[in-house]
Amino acid sequence: MEKHLLEIKNLHVQYNTDEAVVHAVNGLSLTLDKGEALGIVGETGAGKSTTALSILKLLPDKVGEITEGSIVYDGIDIIKANNHTMREIRGAKITMIFQDPMSSLNPIMTIGEQIHEVLELHFPKMSAAEKDQKVDEILGLVGIQKTRKNEYPHQFSGGMKQRIGIAMALVAEPELLLADEPTTALDVTIQAQILQLMQELQKKYNTAMILITHDLGVVAEFCEKVAVVYAGEVIEQGTVEEVFTREKNHPYTTGLFNSIPDLTSDVERLIPIPGFMSDPTNLPEGCKFAERCPHCTERCRKEAPKLYEDGGHSIRCFLYETKGGQ
Amino acid sequence: MAAPLIETRNLKKYFQTPRGLLHAVDDVNLTINEGQTLGIVGESGCGKSTLGRTIMRLVEATDGEVLYEGEDILKYDKKQMKKMHTSMQMIFQDPFTSLNPRLSIGEIIAEPMKVVKNVKGKEAMKQRVHELMDMCGLPQRYYNTYPHELDGGRRQRVGLARALALNPKFIVCDEPVSALDVSIQAQIINLLMDLQDQHGLAYMFITHDLCVVRHISDFIAVMYLGQVVEYAARNELFAHQYHPYTVALLSAIPTPDLSRRNRERHLLQGEVGNPINPEPGCRFASRCKYATEACKAPQQLREITPGHFVRCHMAKS
Amino acid sequence: MSKKIKKKTNLSNKSQLGMIVFRFSKNKLAMFGLAVIVILALLCVAAPLYIDYESVYQQSMADRFILPCAEHPLGTDQFGRDLFARIIYGGRISLLAGLVVVAMALVLGIVLGGIAGYYGGRIDNVIMRICDVFMAVPRMLLSMAVVAALGQGTFKMLIALSIAAFPGYARTVRASIMTLRNQEYVEAAKCCGTSSARIIFKHVVPNGLGPVIVSATLGLGGTILAIASLGFLGIGVASPTPEWGTILSENRANIRYYPYLGLVPGMFIAISVMCLNFIGDGLRDALDPRMKN
Repeated sequence: MEKHLLEIKNLHVQYNTDEAVVHAVNGLSLTLDKGEALGIVGETGAGKSTTALSILKLLPDKVGEITEGSIVYDGIDIIKANNHTMREIRGAKITMIFQDPMSSLNPIMTIGEQIHEVLELHFPKMSAAEKDQKVDEILGLVGIQKTRKNEYPHQFSGGMKQRIGIAMALVAEPELLLADEPTTALDVTIQAQILQLMQELQKKYNTAMILITHDLGVVAEFCEKVAVVYAGEVIEQGTVEEVFTREKNHPYTTGLFNSIPDLTSDVERLIPIPGFMSDPTNLPEGCKFAERCPHCTERCRKEAPKLYEDGGHSIRCFLYETKGGQ
Repeated sequence: MAAPLIETRNLKKYFQTPRGLLHAVDDVNLTINEGQTLGIVGESGCGKSTLGRTIMRLVEATDGEVLYEGEDILKYDKKQMKKMHTSMQMIFQDPFTSLNPRLSIGEIIAEPMKVVKNVKGKEAMKQRVHELMDMCGLPQRYYNTYPHELDGGRRQRVGLARALALNPKFIVCDEPVSALDVSIQAQIINLLMDLQDQHGLAYMFITHDLCVVRHISDFIAVMYLGQVVEYAARNELFAHQYHPYTVALLSAIPTPDLSRRNRERHLLQGEVGNPINPEPGCRFASRCKYATEACKAPQQLREITPGHFVRCHMAKS
Repeated sequence: MSKKIKKKTNLSNKSQLGMIVFRFSKNKLAMFGLAVIVILALLCVAAPLYIDYESVYQQSMADRFILPCAEHPLGTDQFGRDLFARIIYGGRISLLAGLVVVAMALVLGIVLGGIAGYYGGRIDNVIMRICDVFMAVPRMLLSMAVVAALGQGTFKMLIALSIAAFPGYARTVRASIMTLRNQEYVEAAKCCGTSSARIIFKHVVPNGLGPVIVSATLGLGGTILAIASLGFLGIGVASPTPEWGTILSENRANIRYYPYLGLVPGMFIAISVMCLNFIGDGLRDALDPRMKN
């Protein structure tokens, strides 16, 4: 079998807070190959960001804890890797773009210096002139005039800051880019620009990308594969075509589709998903979506369904039960 | 014809800033009829929230009129305004800052009625609060709980119950679903539409989300840097867009509809301009690919086809 | 991989106050501080029940400089007065005076800071400049100047300290009110025509009190220290009235030969101030969980 760039198996992450244990990720498995764009869709609290942070081992100290499972990146077991290895991976091989571009920029360094620093950390042998050239080049690629490289982050607008964030994330030409809601804080017209830019650069450098978002539309337009997560599990995954043609979907995914008003067709009334996501401190035994599911049976409440696969498209629901399952 | 419920006439709100006058709302003329929804769409900084707040008199208008059933409420004094507030209310974007964390749900919903003193006696008050909670789909057991114990969707229901407490005819909804997850968003939208049917409410629905606005509105106004650039009935606007900004806005929205995947995108260059001391011409010109010399002249909102207004000299029916 | 003990606490049944108490109770240092302060306060309040008030003042030249023993748990001073009795009765004054000072400063600070923060503009400017004037003079110097102007006396000293302390509270209140006055729930209240007074006292001030309570707790320790310092300098509580700083001052000539005379009152001051700081820190974490870590 071909080796994957990133392979997450049965990941469990919990947050130990003063009041309770929050089960953020519960047995999440994913694979990603070189140059692929995977969209992770889910609502608040589904465990999307936690998964991304786990890949970089950036979970909050003491509070966040990986209790089970494995994350293998290019043959390296991330969970067992020491701090030194992780520092080499972060920023050079795996980089991240955050929702709030401000959080990844240092307010007291010019943007040129910050991009320079990334290069210094990961290419110590590169000459200063080469680095300068590289900084200019990447700024040009993200659409910022290189004359502005001596300016400070606060002198840029939100969309511009996100472009700088992208420049910093891509300057070391990483193999994997984690984008955690990169456009949620931006206006639609700016969002379109940024996503377009990310897609171009991703193709140019053949970078694999995980795009985390709550917006089904963003995934449909900018990704090749989709994973829908609910309560810390992947409940459906496949190619964009398989999931978005809506022929076969997990009841939750169907619910999401029905909840969004459409731009082109008229619906008298939206069909929302009833109820709320189950409390991550106290998860149900069977299917985690059972309480809100229109197809719920006795069995769903008692037994957790597996991911049932049909071609590349797998769904975690008894409705699509096949022999085996993962 | 009877006067519309709400009408703004040349409404202006300028803010004094160290760098000059910020034109937050510039010459806005809109009407909302009883039981109808006017959607206001635009990106951040286009003045849509300020417009809502100016109508509610949370900020004082610089110039212009806000007519409620034909009467200019901007001229009302405090006492008249207090009475006015029983007819118009507002719900807010952030379900986490719009409820006072020190008050219980019951107290929050009762607060407007305590201020206006229209409900006499504790029992009557409690009954009325329960009635409002029922109306907004809040289980009675939340009466004594505090806002932090509820999730965003339920908090938004509390905000709605509070707004309905005084039986208003008109509600300004300032991005009421933007902070919510899609599945919860749909619940709140449905609730808003049901309440509109039952009580004949008129909404001014402010949002940046075109999909939502299309679903809920009867009329839509697109705003850009303080001005209305296009205004029409919902179906008309989605069938024909005349202003280049509206066109770009529509094409920028990612949709889960695969058939739209390979559509022609009208990507906008650059970012939203500066609303401080703007030039007299078209404010969108710097980003517009059709911009010409003529765009430097002030643009008027013109009626292109009956009921369809556009602020662009190039628009033709 | 470590498995932590799973605790199941039902969060949805707790009120906000309950949550604060719960978080505070998990902070061991703060609970320790609270316990010590409560014991100390009880000892002081209940003093008349187990110590004869006479023994605070009764001099006996025969009993000078007795080292701690069964009859005098903390020994006696140069006039043969029982040090334990003086410390406990002194605590009544030190702790009470600290509370009174903080309470007066708080009331002044909340009213002025609240008005300045809510209305802003010129009113804010005038109030804050007045505060700046008081803040520009060092607290001890200000207290000394007030005592020098009004004459010596416990009550005058308390007033002096309150005047020195209120600008800090006013600033804290103002800052938290300014962030709160534009909250959407305040706008919602305005939307139903709520009066300014009701908005300030029902919607704004109760939500801005958290940081003030914290700084008051922390300030209480500082105030006790200031009272003791003034006492030590001889311009606070006048000897022979017992007060921790005054006791320290009375005995300073003999500390060299009888160190316990200085150590004991010094320890009481240090421990109570430290414990109040623990409580203050604990309260801050409990009121604002994000501040933690």
